[in-house]
Amino acid sequence: MGQRTPLYDRHVSLGARVVDFAGWEMPVQYTSIVEEHNTVRTSMGLFDISHMGRLSFAGPDSLALIQKVWTNNAATLKDGQVRYGLVCNDQGGIRDDVLVYKWPYGYAMVVNAGNREKIVAWLNESIGNLNVQVIDQSADTAMLAVQGPKAIAACKDLTGVDPASLGYYFAAPTRYEDQPCVLSRTGYTGEDGVEVIVGKNQGQELWDDLVARGAKPCGLGARDTLRLEAAMPLYGHELGEEIDPFQAGLGWSVKLDKGPFRGRDALLRRKEDKAMRQRVGLELSGKRIAREGSALKKNGETVGVVCSGTFSPTLQKTIAMAYADPAATAVGTTLTVDVRGKDESATIVALPFYKRAK
Amino acid sequence: MVPKNLRYSKSHEWAKLEGEVCTIGITKFAVDQLTDVVFVELPDVGDHVFAGDSFGEIESVKAVSDLYSPINGEVTAINQDLIRDPAGIAADPFGKGWLIQVKPEPGSNLNAMMSPDQYQKQIDSEAH
Repeated sequence: MGQRTPLYDRHVSLGARVVDFAGWEMPVQYTSIVEEHNTVRTSMGLFDISHMGRLSFAGPDSLALIQKVWTNNAATLKDGQVRYGLVCNDQGGIRDDVLVYKWPYGYAMVVNAGNREKIVAWLNESIGNLNVQVIDQSADTAMLAVQGPKAIAACKDLTGVDPASLGYYFAAPTRYEDQPCVLSRTGYTGEDGVEVIVGKNQGQELWDDLVARGAKPCGLGARDTLRLEAAMPLYGHELGEEIDPFQAGLGWSVKLDKGPFRGRDALLRRKEDKAMRQRVGLELSGKRIAREGSALKKNGETVGVVCSGTFSPTLQKTIAMAYADPAATAVGTTLTVDVRGKDESATIVALPFYKRAK
Repeated sequence: MVPKNLRYSKSHEWAKLEGEVCTIGITKFAVDQLTDVVFVELPDVGDHVFAGDSFGEIESVKAVSDLYSPINGEVTAINQDLIRDPAGIAADPFGKGWLIQVKPEPGSNLNAMMSPDQYQKQIDSEAH
């Protein structure tokens, strides 16, 4: 049996199909992936993301530890700001992609569920002489995401802070039903929305509250198709220990001039390596879905491999993300994808596949 | 929810043999498991199918599954409506959502397939 979030009973009572995800028993869908996907694009959807790891840092050297393991620059964060960045191994490969939150009184980090233990260990082994403690708050808290064009208005008086007053990728410590919570204007769907962290005992109450406000329960299936349309990478698919940030198109989150950090020396070299495969977007002409592991071919030669693929409910097209040799990455390049033994024609397209109208 | 007049396979196909015509589809349980069907690939009329071998595939947003024939024979018809509207299979998998019709080889039958009661037991155990 896998781990369960504080919302597990809700998922079961709502008739969700529960699957194993990174060792967690998580809802993959309540009704239909496409229906849930479309709800997020046009209205608002509710996701249980309590499986993700929530870490906080205590001690005077919190900033120094984050700077030591993180590719982005935490020193320039304003109070309340949230920033995306990577934790890399010493070879420059990606250990995880994480969000760092800056509070007036310290820092927090949200990491992927499947990487939580690995990252906690990595942080602890990186402490050295620094005076800092890493506190894993995951088991004591629940985290829900409300995503979609109606999310901001629906959460106006949810907590002590109106999310409309928060800039995109800003957060506020506030209160939900008289208990401390965190409200952030962040997400993983390509839509505007919020993520809320509450104590684990408030998880179900918050869930029911958000459903009453009109948010439709959505599972990890829709979360995957939504993030794929928005070309957001998923660890284990687009990201891994062998892939560096430049290949992944995440060079913007690597601040090589911020000072030393783990992986920096390797990244300085890898940035100049123009022979490495790059993350690209693919549009397939047929309806068969190119899933993870399908080979990209040009003139009979293998030139890459698919990392994620789906049928895009918003675009009504078959799409995929892949890693391709530099010679095959130009937008408009035509190639074939070996989908279970049969070649399907595909074209390299610009990422993201979908961008919301602002 | 499991019609009594059909026979069933472990891989969730159903079949009905009426004289020279064997109609093959997939069960409601299978369709519910797939949800969001986006594509159905079927053989051409005149192709031969073989018991236990894949004759096509059904793809949903989540996953792709092979379709297995329960019988040897020659394809005499395919459901063109499903090619045009794959998601339509969800509405009536045991009726209008049939996949192919086959003219069985002489002497072949569906005796190796499960009875409705046996199949019901299988899906009851899979649902948990």
